[in-house]
Amino acid sequence: MIQFLLNDTPIEVQECSPSFTILDWLRTKKGKVGTKEGCATGDCGACTILVGEEKINKDGHAHWHYKAMNSCLLLLGNAHGKHIMTVEGVTPALYPTLNDLHPVQRALVECHGSQCGFCTPGIIMSLLALYINNATYPGKKAVIHALGGNLCRCTGYSPILLAAEKAYSFDRTNEPYSQLATQFKASLKASAVDDVPFLKNGPRTFFLPQSAKQLVDLKALYPHAHLVAGGTDFAIELSQNLLLPDIIISLSQAKELTQMSDNNGMLHIGAAVPYSQFVDTFYAYYPESKELFERLGSSQVRNSGTLGGSLGNASPIGDPAPLLIALNASMELLSAHGVRTIKVADYFVDYKKTVLKNDEVISTIIIPKRAKSLKLACHKISKRFEDDISTVCLVLAIEHSQNIITAARCAMGGMAAIPKSATHIEQQLISQPLNVSSFIDAATAIEHDFAPMSDVRASATYRITVSKNLLQRIGIEFCHKNTDLNSNLNKNNNIAITRISHASL
Amino acid sequence: MRHFEMDKLKAQGGSVGQSKYHDSAIKQVCGSANYADDNPEPHGCLHAYPVLAPVASGFIKSVDTSKALALAGVKRIFSTADVPGKLDIGPVFPGDVLLTSDEIQYHGQPVLVVVASTYEIARRAARLVIIECEQTTPILDIKDAIEKQNWVRPPHSLNRGNSQQAINSAHHQLKGEISIGGQEHFYLEGQIALAQPDQDGGIHVQCSTQHPTEVQHLVAKILKKPFNFVTVETRRMGGAFGGKETQGAPWACLAALAVYYLGCPVKMRLARSDDFKLTGKRHPFNNHYHVGFDENGLIEGADITVNGYCGYSPDLSDAIVDRAMFHADNAYYYPAAKIQGNRCKVNTVSHTAFRGFGGPQGMIMGELIMDDIAAKLGKDPLEIRKLNLYRPGRDITPYHQKVEQHILKDMIEQLEQSGDYWARKSAIKTFNASSPIIKKGLSMTPVKYGISFTVQHLNQAGALVHVYSDGSIHLNHGGTEMGQGLNTKIAQIVAHGFGVDFDTVGISATRTDKVPNTSPTAASSGTDLNGMAALNAVNTIKERLIDFITGHFEVPSESIEFKNNLITFSKGEISFSELANLAYMNRISLSSTGYYATPKIHYDRAKGEGRPFFYYAHGVALSEVEVDTLTGENTVTRVDILHDVGSSINPALDIGQIEGAFIQGMGWLTTEDLQWNDKGELASFGPANYKIPAIGDTPAEFNVNLYNSANPETTVFRSKAVGEPPFMLGFSVWSAIRNAISSVADYKYTAPLDTPATPERVLNAITHTQQWLAQHKEHSND
Repeated sequence: MIQFLLNDTPIEVQECSPSFTILDWLRTKKGKVGTKEGCATGDCGACTILVGEEKINKDGHAHWHYKAMNSCLLLLGNAHGKHIMTVEGVTPALYPTLNDLHPVQRALVECHGSQCGFCTPGIIMSLLALYINNATYPGKKAVIHALGGNLCRCTGYSPILLAAEKAYSFDRTNEPYSQLATQFKASLKASAVDDVPFLKNGPRTFFLPQSAKQLVDLKALYPHAHLVAGGTDFAIELSQNLLLPDIIISLSQAKELTQMSDNNGMLHIGAAVPYSQFVDTFYAYYPESKELFERLGSSQVRNSGTLGGSLGNASPIGDPAPLLIALNASMELLSAHGVRTIKVADYFVDYKKTVLKNDEVISTIIIPKRAKSLKLACHKISKRFEDDISTVCLVLAIEHSQNIITAARCAMGGMAAIPKSATHIEQQLISQPLNVSSFIDAATAIEHDFAPMSDVRASATYRITVSKNLLQRIGIEFCHKNTDLNSNLNKNNNIAITRISHASL
Repeated sequence: MRHFEMDKLKAQGGSVGQSKYHDSAIKQVCGSANYADDNPEPHGCLHAYPVLAPVASGFIKSVDTSKALALAGVKRIFSTADVPGKLDIGPVFPGDVLLTSDEIQYHGQPVLVVVASTYEIARRAARLVIIECEQTTPILDIKDAIEKQNWVRPPHSLNRGNSQQAINSAHHQLKGEISIGGQEHFYLEGQIALAQPDQDGGIHVQCSTQHPTEVQHLVAKILKKPFNFVTVETRRMGGAFGGKETQGAPWACLAALAVYYLGCPVKMRLARSDDFKLTGKRHPFNNHYHVGFDENGLIEGADITVNGYCGYSPDLSDAIVDRAMFHADNAYYYPAAKIQGNRCKVNTVSHTAFRGFGGPQGMIMGELIMDDIAAKLGKDPLEIRKLNLYRPGRDITPYHQKVEQHILKDMIEQLEQSGDYWARKSAIKTFNASSPIIKKGLSMTPVKYGISFTVQHLNQAGALVHVYSDGSIHLNHGGTEMGQGLNTKIAQIVAHGFGVDFDTVGISATRTDKVPNTSPTAASSGTDLNGMAALNAVNTIKERLIDFITGHFEVPSESIEFKNNLITFSKGEISFSELANLAYMNRISLSSTGYYATPKIHYDRAKGEGRPFFYYAHGVALSEVEVDTLTGENTVTRVDILHDVGSSINPALDIGQIEGAFIQGMGWLTTEDLQWNDKGELASFGPANYKIPAIGDTPAEFNVNLYNSANPETTVFRSKAVGEPPFMLGFSVWSAIRNAISSVADYKYTAPLDTPATPERVLNAITHTQQWLAQHKEHSND
């Protein structure tokens, strides 16, 4: 059985298709049709809901934290113990007038921020998450990052941007949701009888192990079970390819996989920790990685998706892998027999094939401590800046001493069947002086490393050309910024302006 | 809050001219505005799903449904043999088929329809059907279609003067070509219909359509029933943009077909990826031009060919390519012109209406020519644009309609000043000279867009207005609500007409049994047509009331005024609700239909002469962009728009249309990249690989203002249509990107830039420009 709170109503479910998403369940089983299906692939945000989770502060106090997620990607079973908030729960009044509305709703009405209205419930939920998590208006860039995964085809977004700010002009509504959630959690603890929460539909079962032990035991029992963490890839298999798995095992609540530690700069990130939860720690050591993580999917996807899920899915276009390879990260693979540790660089074998065995799960990703002279560059090229799949993802990490490059690790996504190191480029860079021409020269080796495909995102020629040019950009940014610019170069020379000023960057 | 300058009508005290909120806004933010999939499913509702052809071109050899029928929950599978009436659902010309049983003309064409107990089972079963085909070679390349003269409709041309002679005798000549990408509507609510038996033996259909009457007609025709057998109802759509003008009908027809045989409710909803594959899009085009012009850049003759990539069938393509031809001039006078339009048949889904209806694909030619002339002469493109504008004496279009309203010159001058065009242009040149990687570009482009359906009979509308005896009002009209705020605007018109508060007017769903024989809500005409019809209904009731007051209170009719919920006259006043009751007690009819047909329009297509448009709507946009010469990435940093909506009925809704249309136009021209693979499968079949603008793509600075001028024609409250015209303001972005690229060659050369201007295409154009520059330098060194 799984239990969660839906708006103000405690829910218990046991008999249900294990592959049901929250969206399916809300619309077809509960008649909660305010949450809309726009695409069922996590790309439009019309189905956005809030997921509340109890967090314990450093001082030991519990509080509820609410995040926006795509309900089309969230499996029903993964809602266990959570507080699911839908658009119907935002305003209690049955026939509300303008004055009855929550500030985010009222602001959207007053700014004329809904036209056809189909994206609107999702927009409201993303705005609500922003409002709950920021006591004061957090600025336009924060709004853009919060709503990058909410597509609106009618308004052109201007009134929505205005509404995000205007919501703060009304008396602040202190959300009543946490109190309900706390009561629910208390009732949950009392009634928790299942060892492993589950959903069942005939022989088809969804398991939600609560510990690594339960997880690996289940995986040993069902070696062909489908593993799911945040579901941001897996749910698409269900909705688009109509995959009908018998056994689904979710990693998302296995305690050891949801934890992270910072050991003096060496990071252990649990495979099931969502991006939004670990990135701040990551940025503290590798601020350059913002370029990738801030543009990885949408806010909703970053609230659900995990490193373990991305690596487990082994997509050639997942953005974390090139970064992890370039940072020389490792991963722990756990089974009932124990743990083995491998380099992320050695993990990928072929298209969607990895060294992961049937009885293993990815448990932890280990990021080494940052080398003192490390310079890191992360570049993502896509047709659209927000919520797009990389045409090319290029990450380069170098170390240098006395203006000579001493080490280089370069990895790319979108260039081969797997995320892969650019070993020829690395070799070309090592021992070269730290100047722009070293990078331009090294770029000529790209064809030795990659023979990319032409596909819907770009031609092979563009991928090669832009990769070379990105290395040039990296060279300029490594070598000109902050140093040469102020001293050597003419003030009117804008060579170091290497990025367009897109609002999401 | 946002500032609206136009409040002349508002100053008169009525509803018209006020920025009322969208009538459904509160319901929308609460999630209680129901769309077709949201109403509780009737008891026993079944679900239908189409079975799709596995090839783009060929013939069906065999169909095996055994596995699908064996799936638990599958009720029945229908084929062409089950259609009792017409199989052809072409809206104007035959060719669009509901289902196919022999020839396959595009990848994914519906072959069968599966009906099952749930949506999931129906979808799953549809994939279990095995279709064996004899494949033939599909025609996918438009140039191939042109060469083979493979048309869905015959070519057509507009001629005025001798363009070839004018071009040849001009001081300068230029030729150019452009490929223009299509566009997926990406309405957030996908295609859906729910059909069910009604109490009286007929069929009731709730669906997401811009054209309930056509759905009614087609359902009746496929079932071989009279039109009154079918009632179609549409409360609201979750976006449409032209994609639900004809494209909503097949799903309603298939659901109705299942109802006809099974006698229970049947719902049909397409999953997003199938919606992408099975519904028509904005036509891609491949166009070229040949122009002659003098030393100043003044055009003397233009020869333009527009080739529309129509897909497999006519659908609305004849009128769409016509509209492309009508707009190949945009705002510019061609003293002699030949405009040729071809309707190319290729093996893809049949392309259809989309905001602008071919107008954008024609209009881009005017803007392409202006930029190319400017580069050739080394002049600023804005100078060339201003020089070539229609003006008195130079005011006859290639289709011989006289342009009578000349406001674009003033609009451009206003924006030139408020947008600080020349100072920014100069600052950008300075910046570009010192910035080797990032280049900025600036461009101002005008829009002149013809308003009226070019199919003349569609320019009519009906409305139904009831005043109840307590003074509350029920409004119904033939238009449909897709987010544009049509219901809100028409309720404002009705409230204004009766001089009552806006919320006195109740709005209800569009139904074919309330207002019959309606036109689609399309061509930006919703308010022009239905607003006027509703106003005529109001005026009929008002005339009865005035007659009644004149007799009852013995007052002269001239003294009677409807204002502020009161009716005042020389001897006193009465509230509207009291009057309604009094009139009822005195047996005065308080209900009326209203009807409207657009005046003045006429067009002789054979001659290519007439007045197809009642009037033109205008706009001007100034866009600034940044382009990365290493990657081709680009962004829009500032946009200023001045747009002509006549006297605005609702400034907030009008500005909403302008902003939304601009961003949609920008998306079409930049990130929205439709691609079919060499098998004819749509490769960009979902939002994961088809990218409409996201929130961060909204220009950081976005100033939108309404131009202060009433419509000189007698439209409803002198307003103008607004749905489509601002879409084409997006050209300023494409032109500004070309301007930024051109800086690489010090503005001496402007590389071709096909659309959408993705990073890849932009980078290619930059490379092209660098090559031109290298050659040019070599030559100058000689």
